[in-house]
This record gives sequence, C-alpha cells and structure tokens, in this order.
Amino acid sequence: MEPYGYGLNSVRLDATFAALADPTRRAILARLAKGEASVQELAEPFAMSQPAISKHLKVLERAGLISRGREQQRRPRRLEARPLREATEWMEKYRQFWEGNFRRLDALLVEMKSTGVKKKSKKQLHQK
Amino acid sequence: MKQSGTFALTANGDREIVVTRVFHAPRQLVFDAYTKPELVKKWLLGPDGWSMPVCEIDLRAGGKYRYVWRQDSDGKEMGMGGVYREVVAPERFVATEIFDEAWYPGEAVDTIVFVERAGKTTMTQTILYNSRETRDAVLQSPMEKGMAMSYDRLEEFLVVLRREALSA
Repeated sequence: MEPYGYGLNSVRLDATFAALADPTRRAILARLAKGEASVQELAEPFAMSQPAISKHLKVLERAGLISRGREQQRRPRRLEARPLREATEWMEKYRQFWEGNFRRLDALLVEMKSTGVKKKSKKQLHQK
Repeated sequence: MKQSGTFALTANGDREIVVTRVFHAPRQLVFDAYTKPELVKKWLLGPDGWSMPVCEIDLRAGGKYRYVWRQDSDGKEMGMGGVYREVVAPERFVATEIFDEAWYPGEAVDTIVFVERAGKTTMTQTILYNSRETRDAVLQSPMEKGMAMSYDRLEEFLVVLRREALSA
C-alpha cells in the first residue's frame, strides 16, 4: 500500500467520498445531473420526509457537490461538477498507479514466457 | 466481491484489505516476478516518472526485503521494507511491511497467494493491519473508501454523472 492520495486535496476528497457513500445521496446527485430541482421535487421519488432529504442535501452541500440557486421561493439545488471531476481524476490516477504496475507485470510475464520457450528444445516446442 | 475490472480491492473482516488480480501466466512466473529483485524492479514502480533504485530481497523465512522508489523529477524518495515470515514457492509468501514515513501505526502483514487454473494465475494479496483502528484509519483515506464501496461501480457512477453534469 502506498500513501497515495495524501495530498492537498485529500480532506476534500474524503468529504466527497463520504457524501457519495450513501445510495440516497447518489440518487439525488443523479437527479440533479439532469437539471436543478427544489427540495420538494427531490423528496418526491423517495419515501422520505423533507427534513430527512434536507439532511442529505446538507451533507452534499458541505462536500461542495451541490449548491443553492438564487431563486428565493424554490431555492433549487444544482450539481457542482468540480468536486466530482476531482474525485474522478483522483480515482483515475490511483487506477493508473495500480494498473500501471500490473500492466508492466503483464508485459514482463509475456517476456518471461517467450524467453522460457526459447530455452526449451525444439522437441518440447513441437509437443506444445 | 465485484471484479469486472482488471483488479479488485476490498475491505475484509475487521483488520484486512484484499487486492486480487488475474495474470495470464503460470504461477511460477508470477511468483518469480514478485520475488526476484531484477524482475520486481521492472514493474513495481508506481506512477509514471518514478523508478526503483533499491530492491533487495532475501527470500526465506526471517529474511529481509527493502524497497526504495524515487521520483525522477525532484529526487523525492519513498522507502519501505519488512521481514518474510513464510515462503512457500511458488504458492505463497507472508511478509511484514512498514513504510519509512509510516502513514499508519505499527506494521502490517502481507499474505500473497498465487493460485493457478487453466494457465492463469490469480494473485490474492491480503494486508492485515495490527488493529481494527489501524485498518479503519487506512479506510479513511479516500482511496480505500472509494475502493471499499466497490471501486468499479463508483467509478462508473462518477463518469456518468460527470458527463451529464458537463453536458447540462
């Protein structure tokens, strides 16, 4: 295990991932990805009270994943793309870290296999 | 455990994290690639731009190993090492691991098992931390958190969400 992800953004990433760790909050984000919506509209698809939804919205807001619109009456929530982009980029970086290692290992194994075959006699090759 | 990607990383029990990966090679080769310094140096490099100037392996129970990576651009180094507790070639090895700049308390114990089936080898790496608190502290890092909640699914979700958000 390498201490990857302990950079400047790690606190923020933590908040992002914590916020995303809940299915209701992911569903809310998926809804907001289609366009802004009021608390009431967001509560509709869930068997949940508005205060319960508001609690989830607060978590998402603190993580910077959503913001409130200016419209006084509805206070519609909208999705903020930046923290998601950071989270995706971070995960991509981390995936590349592991995948980079494993891909290099894949290539090395191919090389090792072919070297092993070369060392074998022709007879063994024919048997293959 | 979901394993649609090329590797899977999950939390297991109270004190463990598990990484699995399938390689298209017999296990003797995979075992060698994990335990012979001249081979390890070729792949265990981490992000682009890092090299592995030190890779010392004394492959026997009680033997030590030592790895040092260097970021070529600024010379920054990161080292780790430990002691082999058990070596059963080409099936498994158990070793302690501790980083020079420890980012979790105490040492962890790695158990790496290679299982070959139909010419493919499944590598399972189990990292056992010294307490539930330590494991959970590691889980607090965004990487593990993302992984533990099923890396693949989360990533797909993030990608879809991002695409929709940007096109909105």
